[in-house]
Amino acid sequence: MHRYIPHTEEEIRQMLKEIGVDSIDDLFIDVPKTIEGYKIPEGKDEFTVRKMVEKLAKENTVFEPENVFIGAGVYYHYIPTVVKHMASNPNFVTAYTPYQAEVSQGTLQMLFEYQTMMCELTGMEVSNSSMYDGASAFAESLLMATRISGKTKMLVAQTINPEYRTVAKTYTKPQGIEITEISYDESGKINLEELKKNINDEIAAVAVAYTNFFGVIEDLKAIRDVVPQNVVFIVVAEPVSLALLEAPGKFGADIVVGEGQSLGVTPNLGGPGIGFFTTLEKHVRKMPGRIIGETKDLEGRKGYVMILQTREQHIRREKATSNICSNQAYIALINALYLSTMGPQGLKEVAWRSYNNAHVLAQMLEERGFKRVFSGEFFNEFVIKVPDNYRTKWHEMAKEGILGPIPLDRVYKSLGPSALVCATEVNNKNSMAKLVEVMSK
Amino acid sequence: MTIFEKSVSGRKAYELPEYDVEEIKCNIPDHLIRKEKPMLPEVSEVDVVRHYTDLASKNYSVDRGFYPLGSCTMKYNPKINEDMAALFTNLHPFQPRETITGAVKLMGHLKDLLCEITGTDDMTLQPAAGAHGELTGLLVARAYFEDKGELEKRRKVLVPDSAHGTNPASAAMAGFDVVELKSGEDGCVNLEELKAHLDDSVAVIMLTNPNTLGLFEKDILKIAQMAHEVGALLYYDGANLNAIMGRTRPGDIGFDIVHLNLHKTFSTPHGMGGPGSGPIGVKKHLAPYLPYPVLRKTNNGYDLDYNLPKSIGMVRSFYGNFLVMVKAYTYILTMGNKGLKHVSDMAVLNANYLRVKLSKLYKIGYDRICMHEFVIDNEDFVKKTGVKTLDIAKRLLDYGLHAPTVYFPLIVHEALMIEPTETESKMTLDKFIEAMEKINEEAQSNPEVVKKAPHTTPIRRLDDVTATKSPIFRFKK
Repeated sequence: MHRYIPHTEEEIRQMLKEIGVDSIDDLFIDVPKTIEGYKIPEGKDEFTVRKMVEKLAKENTVFEPENVFIGAGVYYHYIPTVVKHMASNPNFVTAYTPYQAEVSQGTLQMLFEYQTMMCELTGMEVSNSSMYDGASAFAESLLMATRISGKTKMLVAQTINPEYRTVAKTYTKPQGIEITEISYDESGKINLEELKKNINDEIAAVAVAYTNFFGVIEDLKAIRDVVPQNVVFIVVAEPVSLALLEAPGKFGADIVVGEGQSLGVTPNLGGPGIGFFTTLEKHVRKMPGRIIGETKDLEGRKGYVMILQTREQHIRREKATSNICSNQAYIALINALYLSTMGPQGLKEVAWRSYNNAHVLAQMLEERGFKRVFSGEFFNEFVIKVPDNYRTKWHEMAKEGILGPIPLDRVYKSLGPSALVCATEVNNKNSMAKLVEVMSK
Repeated sequence: MTIFEKSVSGRKAYELPEYDVEEIKCNIPDHLIRKEKPMLPEVSEVDVVRHYTDLASKNYSVDRGFYPLGSCTMKYNPKINEDMAALFTNLHPFQPRETITGAVKLMGHLKDLLCEITGTDDMTLQPAAGAHGELTGLLVARAYFEDKGELEKRRKVLVPDSAHGTNPASAAMAGFDVVELKSGEDGCVNLEELKAHLDDSVAVIMLTNPNTLGLFEKDILKIAQMAHEVGALLYYDGANLNAIMGRTRPGDIGFDIVHLNLHKTFSTPHGMGGPGSGPIGVKKHLAPYLPYPVLRKTNNGYDLDYNLPKSIGMVRSFYGNFLVMVKAYTYILTMGNKGLKHVSDMAVLNANYLRVKLSKLYKIGYDRICMHEFVIDNEDFVKKTGVKTLDIAKRLLDYGLHAPTVYFPLIVHEALMIEPTETESKMTLDKFIEAMEKINEEAQSNPEVVKKAPHTTPIRRLDDVTATKSPIFRFKK
């Protein structure tokens, strides 16, 4: 007997009798027995298990959010209490993919509303109901660009998150997709001249980030102006910034993807987060992932169902637009809850405070002699030059409870010793002053 | 009503702390500043609470009742798993390594446990879902053959016609040509058919074992031998691992690559479709190609090894769906060695009990001792009564139960695929049997009530044809 497994000895006997076998072993006659049990410990009661896992948890350092100055794709923001509480409803947590629409209207309506919110933020016409993360969403956007254009050459800005580009390489290599990376100029934006030079008839897509990995706000208008209309324009966007910045859809983006962690999701050591994926109606049949649509039931009441399923693996098999099945629907719920709670005004305040804090912090650092590496206007992150021994200092700061700006020397070697500084609304005057103090020592 | 229709301009559900930082002038160029505010809900906190509570009440879930979806392993999701995951939510993936020692140790332990359970030598926890694991596994195979100089000739991946749709889709994404293997009359891989397709143009054979009919591939040792004789790799789709724990390990019976679904076998909740987690275990010869970083045991814990020159790269950012791993780890600590065997024993007992009881009224596809699931073949029933498989599924909803998987696997035409899992009691199974008996009787005496089902759900049958023909993708005012 186990508390998760309800069978009594008597019930097991009755069931075996009904089946017409003598023992459980008789049910496994086809299975070659290769082991006499696993070499793993025996199970434990919940109180002991709790202690064991708590012990591991205590070996980690949890930083006060106000003392965190790392972003680089995962951000600390205030998460209203109501978000966590509503998301913990077991009818959300323990439901499966909404295959039976009549008993999944909660899931389906929630995802429909999530899609609407993502369309609103990005300025796009269609959103799917989630991808694994920003990196795989970006990778899938390149595969989709090939389906749209029939071409395989991609121009990808070096200012897109390095992990996204790494994952994109893994995904696109088997499809014979060729990625050319376009470098950045002294403003930290994509090098427009280099982009122009590389554009030709064979190019399937141009991909940039907005804001980019250096925190710099790319000028999407200037970029779209040099990207021909028949080239797929992909924008990797940071969703909080979109409360303040013009929506990529307004600049003629064909696909807008990104990481949705900053919308109410805790950092989770990087997962789960959520990839969002939006596009235009004209491209929707080339899109990966589940899409929810509105319809009516046989009594004429409004309801929601999964639509355009002939794109998906369970129908189209090897001809599907993607192999994705399980996605991150539960995180879409958290995004929807967060956006419902913050509303347009709250999100804008968060974006503004993030922007303002980052700029004030930049000023404070500059006053202490730290130089910004790029001249371009930034959102809530910026790159500074740091002394050669910064990495050592970074580890020391952690001991003092400060999660300092992340050293960039390993991913962008040509920048030399430098660090990416991040601020959001959770940082405050004191914590920023403390950071500057410690960094200047 | 959508939350957008509950919105009133100026209403709010948030409050930020007083702002103590001096405000500067906004320097964003005017053409990059947002002109129109996004149409997001403007509601109060109580509106948020009621809206989402109302939505949740329209969902069926494991916590509500029986959820016998075949191949989905909808077992109970223990509550302690959620509590344990909550201990790890505030870690940034780029924190200095020495500040996440416990998290890395947890991943290391989990990897070792899962390697032992699957009989593999090395593993990545990075894939975010089963299909993502499949893609990763196939990319590993691809890199392996490329390294051996055989990729040019090894173009094919063999997939049985009973396989999940993700198998051929993943193989295509990994750049292989998919060849479908016709199942034998016993529902298993037909050795003659396999032989006919097997030569050195084959890279990988993907198998789900037990397969989607709930049958263990009894010739698996022979299949493995045949695969390896031509230099092909054998891939294990772990969707159905819940049937065989404690008795055999995929790595012991010839599989080279094994994916797991932590959100199936290892009890982590499905969350309406995800997040899942799809670790990939491999035999030694494939270890150099795994995505980085790989967890390595050290004297006093674990380390993250990024130095894998032959690696396929990364398949997602950071370490994967880490919180899902915490839940699965908690589950394995709870169940332990004997507990996991008991899981499979009872899962198979439950499936066979249902199979035998239902076989009195319904035709079972390939009716013999099954593993953790089985398939009802409704073809004759549909012809006789005019009641479709979908109708039976919908009518089950009226009885307060979730429907089994329908119309899958594709090789059974009117399939109802039933997987009860081990966490369901005989009492629950008897309730399901009773409902299936009633529906059977209704199909003869009053077929209309079944054909028009469901009647008691928050909404009736939905028009999904129009929904796809003239799609409405989002709410508009």
